Amino acid sequence: MSAYPAGSTAVQLVVVGLGAPVLTGIMRQVRARLEGRVGPGIFQPWREMRKLAGKERIRPVGTTVIFGVAPLFLAATTLAMAAIVPVVTTASPLDRDGDLFAVVGLLLLGTVALALAGLDTGTGFGGMGASRQVTIAALVEPSILMAVFALSIPVHSSNLAAIVAAAAHRPESVATPASALAFAALAIVVVAETGRLPVDNPNTHLELTMIHEAMVLEYAGPQFALVEWASAMRLTVLLALLANLFVPIGISGAHSGPVGIVAGTLAVAAKVVVLAVGVAATEVFLAKLRLFRVPELLAGSFLLGLLAVTASYFLATPA
Amino acid sequence: MLRRIFRTGTVSETAPPAPDPTGELPPLLRGALALRHVDAGSCNGCEIEISGCFSPVYDAERYGVKLVASPRQADGLLVTGVVTRNMAHALKATYDATPGPKIVVAVGDCACDCGEFAGGTGVVGAVHDVLRVDRSVHGCPPTPDQIIAVLREVTKR
Amino acid sequence: MSFATWAAVLTSGAGMGACLLVLVAPTRMRPAFAGWGTAATGATGCVLGVGSVMSGFPLIRVGWLFPLAGAQFAGGAVSGLFIAVIGAVAVIAGVFTVGYARAAITGHDGHGALPVWALAALPLFVMAMIFVPLAASVTTFVALWELMALTSLALVLADHQRVQVREAGLSYAVMTQLGFAAIVLGLVVFAASSGSDGFAQMTADAHTMPASVRSAVFVLTVIGFGSKAGLVPLHAWLPRAHPEAPSPVSALMSAAMVNLGIYGIVRIDIAMLGRGPTWWGLLLLMVGAITAVYAVLQAAVATDLKRLLAYSTSENMGLITMALGAVMLLSTLGTGASAAIALTAAFLHVVNHAAFKALGFLSAGAVLSATGLRDLDELGGLAQTMPITTVLFGIAALGASGLPLGAGFVSEWLLLQSLIHAVPAGGTTLALVVPLSVGAIALTAGLGMAAMVKAFGVGFLARPRSSAAAGAAEVSPTMIAAMSTGALICAVLAVAPVVCASLLDRVLSQLPTVRSTEVPSIGLLLRLPGIGGSMSPALLAATILGGVVVVGAATWAATSGGGPLRRAALWACGGSPPSSRMQYTATSFAEPLLRVFDDVLRPDTQIEVSHHAESRYLVERVSVSSTMADAVEVRLYAPVLRAVEGAANVVRRLHNGSVHAYLGYGALGLLVVLVVAAR
Repeated sequence: MSAYPAGSTAVQLVVVGLGAPVLTGIMRQVRARLEGRVGPGIFQPWREMRKLAGKERIRPVGTTVIFGVAPLFLAATTLAMAAIVPVVTTASPLDRDGDLFAVVGLLLLGTVALALAGLDTGTGFGGMGASRQVTIAALVEPSILMAVFALSIPVHSSNLAAIVAAAAHRPESVATPASALAFAALAIVVVAETGRLPVDNPNTHLELTMIHEAMVLEYAGPQFALVEWASAMRLTVLLALLANLFVPIGISGAHSGPVGIVAGTLAVAAKVVVLAVGVAATEVFLAKLRLFRVPELLAGSFLLGLLAVTASYFLATPA
Repeated sequence: MLRRIFRTGTVSETAPPAPDPTGELPPLLRGALALRHVDAGSCNGCEIEISGCFSPVYDAERYGVKLVASPRQADGLLVTGVVTRNMAHALKATYDATPGPKIVVAVGDCACDCGEFAGGTGVVGAVHDVLRVDRSVHGCPPTPDQIIAVLREVTKR
Repeated sequence: MSFATWAAVLTSGAGMGACLLVLVAPTRMRPAFAGWGTAATGATGCVLGVGSVMSGFPLIRVGWLFPLAGAQFAGGAVSGLFIAVIGAVAVIAGVFTVGYARAAITGHDGHGALPVWALAALPLFVMAMIFVPLAASVTTFVALWELMALTSLALVLADHQRVQVREAGLSYAVMTQLGFAAIVLGLVVFAASSGSDGFAQMTADAHTMPASVRSAVFVLTVIGFGSKAGLVPLHAWLPRAHPEAPSPVSALMSAAMVNLGIYGIVRIDIAMLGRGPTWWGLLLLMVGAITAVYAVLQAAVATDLKRLLAYSTSENMGLITMALGAVMLLSTLGTGASAAIALTAAFLHVVNHAAFKALGFLSAGAVLSATGLRDLDELGGLAQTMPITTVLFGIAALGASGLPLGAGFVSEWLLLQSLIHAVPAGGTTLALVVPLSVGAIALTAGLGMAAMVKAFGVGFLARPRSSAAAGAAEVSPTMIAAMSTGALICAVLAVAPVVCASLLDRVLSQLPTVRSTEVPSIGLLLRLPGIGGSMSPALLAATILGGVVVVGAATWAATSGGGPLRRAALWACGGSPPSSRMQYTATSFAEPLLRVFDDVLRPDTQIEVSHHAESRYLVERVSVSSTMADAVEVRLYAPVLRAVEGAANVVRRLHNGSVHAYLGYGALGLLVVLVVAAR
């Protein structure tokens, strides 16, 4: 029995690691089709990563070891998040070691690593990307923690396994106004943290409109592949978190066998694909917000989180 | 707008048969090719054709080609226009910034052999006078079909 | 005499001995005596502190020390913890002073040499700080507090040739004395109402005092100790005095002295006054929240490295005050378990903050010593010339940002956990206050991260922005040794806060507000009692490092051994290579945040456009200058000072030089006294 938690966490990591570029491919394909194009296929990000792995490695003059290590660090924090967050299973052995606050901290740690790499290049675009990304990360922090707070109240714990397991046992607890508000707040948070429209345009070619891409303009070859893979994994993990916190159907628990793990994998894959298609389809209708309008969006998200918390206090049904 | 999307559907023209490549091209770039466009001194006619390549009608992305903003993330350069004196250094710097293995595609008569501007003041030469060119697309301007055919030789899709 | 008493005697001996040695030593030897003497005082103090926590400090009366009242010394676990922290910081700062002051003498400095009276005051300052928590009567406390204030003023004025230092010293002196006046008033009211001078008697009598007296004492002591801790709106001296003081002194002031403000609040308001009405806790929570958010905002837009760190100190004191306010609120309204968690968070944050702030200021001092620069807009590229200092400052910045792997994460986690578990038992007040507090802490954490990324990224990475920064060299071995010790402590606190567990347990058991056995267990895994909640910083760190290794190995394998590596010029969009002045500066990095919060920060921007003589349409030059003054200072202090000046001008009319008038005033005063005394 004790091998299953470790085994299911390993499955979780493999699923996230291999599936993240496919998810990006699906999102690009959905966008392409909605724009009337044929699109390159959902495995194109894998082809690009394979190609990038064979490219020359470049170390720009004037950068320090931070520039070289940041992609590794970003990927490592994202993998740590993937190990803790209930993607396939709630029985991760790391669940005691990191709760939702720790996951948020890991997210921020990855952002900081990339921002330092952007500053380390010493180019105007690197600094600009770092400055904008750090501003958005700082302003999105209250919204995240409010949403975490709102989710912890009914369960009296901020450990993810407890929250997801409680929602799995009592599905009606998810259909409350507090839950809906927390979902809305978290959705905006995920969009802001992963750099999707309307906060940041991942397909832009104009450096002055870039936030995330501006920090990585100097990365080439395998390092760039690592950054792209880590960003894709972040999106996957956050969408999986969003899905499993509010619709925990099919997630495997501590006592499920291999069948449970397979069922959990299929369930999360289905949920995440649905969410990703939704995000991609919504992006077709949105334009990027001006940078100084983004704090207004984030303040709105904070307000939603605050309302979620207040709703859980005043509208809570006795447990 | 959703109705418009579903009514329009996919507008891409059906893909012509894949061309037969000649000459050496890096095998790493099969399947996925990222190009950085550099305008060395063109009249923008070729640029309009290139933007047509990536439009929904021609959709070059389905063959694995994409345009990127930074040469560090590119596999090569897509050069248009004759190489002017002002842009010669920038073109070489962009080429140097690109990680290998890399290719250079010269698009348009100006890029291939100076075209209209041969002998002009401020003209250094065609792209092959400054860089080693792997593929050329002739035409003034070349059609998107011609450009895409050359790009498909690299990606083999 | 007990062990703790021996340690106390040794500490005072070391302090005074070091002071005398510095005064008589030749110039060459003074830094060594001052530095090692301070370190020795700190070491014995640390031992005294730990001993106090473990076995207490018995009451000692020293009748001859102060006239009339005598001195009383006694201590428990709370005093011991603060003494231990101060001692540890003093050890590190003392060792650093040896190299720092020596560098000033030999000319490799960016600052003036430390005069003999400043070097002599350093061990006295540490000694005074160590003995303040041991004071057991009002007279002793007040006398030691003032000794600490005077010695610190002498140290702040060490570089007094510069006008900014004199202005900072004046501001510091005035605010300290005003705070001192509030503290004295509060303690005197408390003692008068209790009828005795000694803290033990005052604690026993606190229950019988009328509520208005207790509230008056509370407000006065919060004002006094709050100004020492740097709480808004009495914080303005902190970002002025700390940057101008020599760096080891800044470290001592930020990492040790401000803790005594917190000690005052804990001792007087929590331990001695006992349980109070709800508004006490609300006041502390609100003041703490406003301080934390405002100070971290100023830190996020500050371009002077030491000013940034000073505002960060204010922010952390705000967080600790929020924790103390939460303790007060939760012990009456919420559950005892959440109050215990909040108290653990407060004390752990005191320890963590002392560690990373001391390291931060010492690294800033190393940078100042090597380059002569404090301005982040002119620094940069230090990772190549001063790699060790860069790594050490990185550790301090990681701790200050409250991220996992940093020293500040565990205490912030505990504070957040205490707040989210406060309700639903608490009722409407808590239901309204707690979410806003969580929001304030979250915003503080985010902006703190922004400030530290700026400090580290702009100050140490990429290329140098000025020739002074380009000419930096690594500092002397003593300075590196001191900083490395601090970094080691930060690293240990980050992954293994278990080292403080036994100390914290004893401290918590001695505080009356929290009489529950539900104390969070701090081991390799932090577990919250009775509540679901656990986190292991060590295993998180291990997971991340494991991830780095795995990803690194996978990348190595995927690129078949690493592939060819080419050093290339930066991509400058095809133009000439970017100069180091084209890099983002600290001002530009903080500009988006400045724009978002410009209503709070109110930057002062002056634009001057001068035209050609021939035509008004041709611009000859444009000059832009933007200054960021502390908004509270400009908007609150300036009107108050103007009002005081106005009142003083009115009173000045009474000084008309006429002897008859003065005789009349004297007679009137005597009459009033006689009437009052006759009642």
